Amino acid sequence: MLKKRIIPCLDIKDGRTVKGVNFVNIRDVGDPVELAKQYSRDGADELVFLDISATVEKRKAMVPLVEKVALHIDIPFTVGGGISSLKNVSALIKAGADKVSINSAAITSPKLISEIANEFGSQCLIVAIDTKLINDTWKVFIRGGRTETEHKTLSWAKHVEELGAGEILLTSMNNDGTENGFALDLTNQVAQKLSIPVIASGGAGTKEDFKNLFTKTQATGGLAASIFHYNKIPIPQLKTYLKNQQIPIR
Amino acid sequence: MIAIIKYNAGNIRSVQNALNRIGKKSIISDDLSLLSDASKIIFPGVGEASTAMCYLKEKKLDRFILDTKKPFLGICLGLQLMCQHSEEGDTTCLGIFDTVVKKFQAKDKVPHMGWNNFEKTDGQLFSKIQNMDDVYYVHSYYAEICSATIATCDYINPFSAALQKDNYYATQFHPEKSADVGESILKNFMKI
Repeated sequence: MLKKRIIPCLDIKDGRTVKGVNFVNIRDVGDPVELAKQYSRDGADELVFLDISATVEKRKAMVPLVEKVALHIDIPFTVGGGISSLKNVSALIKAGADKVSINSAAITSPKLISEIANEFGSQCLIVAIDTKLINDTWKVFIRGGRTETEHKTLSWAKHVEELGAGEILLTSMNNDGTENGFALDLTNQVAQKLSIPVIASGGAGTKEDFKNLFTKTQATGGLAASIFHYNKIPIPQLKTYLKNQQIPIR
Repeated sequence: MIAIIKYNAGNIRSVQNALNRIGKKSIISDDLSLLSDASKIIFPGVGEASTAMCYLKEKKLDRFILDTKKPFLGICLGLQLMCQHSEEGDTTCLGIFDTVVKKFQAKDKVPHMGWNNFEKTDGQLFSKIQNMDDVYYVHSYYAEICSATIATCDYINPFSAALQKDNYYATQFHPEKSADVGESILKNFMKI
């Protein structure tokens, strides 16, 4: 049976992880490779590296980092943040990334979605959608959630699937950072409408939040950052709990 | 030396990285003389079937693959290209395995992406591997079950998770991305 995926997200700035970590076995908590290795040993099913560097110049640190990660990590990983051209994608895939995630560029130049899908295959393309509830309608936001677009989330998600996206990473800005649980209604609506996998993000605070995500929606994965970074919920504990709840987990 | 066949497919360095982790040196090449010198051959692949077959023919790699007597391991698209025919691009493939490759019906999420287990038969490739062990899959097409099938997986319908005939082995999943289970399978292949 296909397993539900637990996906830690690492924020990278200028080639280093940003958020603090209190894992005991890690020498350098700022080193993304060390952190990625620890997550992999803990049973993470996939990893996402999100580059939040402010400038194009600083983002150049990502390619050598991806090369290093690829040498040491034996699970799939995705790289996102600031990707705006086929050239960016090619450099990251050649460096060893299994998938790339695009967000703002999908809105500003949707043809990039089909170009990536044609060149590298849909399986290596995640379209990330940041969304917020505005007057009872889920709207798509870009530029790190700073800019509202005209797009409604459900129809936009369907559109990017048609253009060739292989997966959707759906982040509810209303839930993100609250640790009050995932946006279940939204996730369910999107996952039911689409035939590609949907990964939910934003709001995970407890083990029960993951149980609710996997029992009440058709999401195939749950992504979180801080609860894993601060070891609030160790991944082995989370996976044991979910297995005991009869959820298919590796 | 292990040779990884180079063709116009995406991320094939991950196979080389996985071999490095188990202490095996490898080269990535489409040069027939270099490939002929290798002790084992790995045929990876992420990409589209008809484009990949064209490249293999252009470089005369198709003939080389059919003639080799070395232990040979196809991965993912590699497995599919070793079958008779693929629905992807209506492609005539290498025909090592007597089966065909079809597209998944969209009764569930396609691609089949993520960790799933398989039912295996006994054999060297799966030494010390359990039926409950999960491996990583990413694919929208699958090889139908046939007499060469040595492991099956069930997603939407049962399909060949692994095939073997003579010196030819192939897995639909990615051992190079399948954590310690994948590493064991690669180590097993190295002992063949």
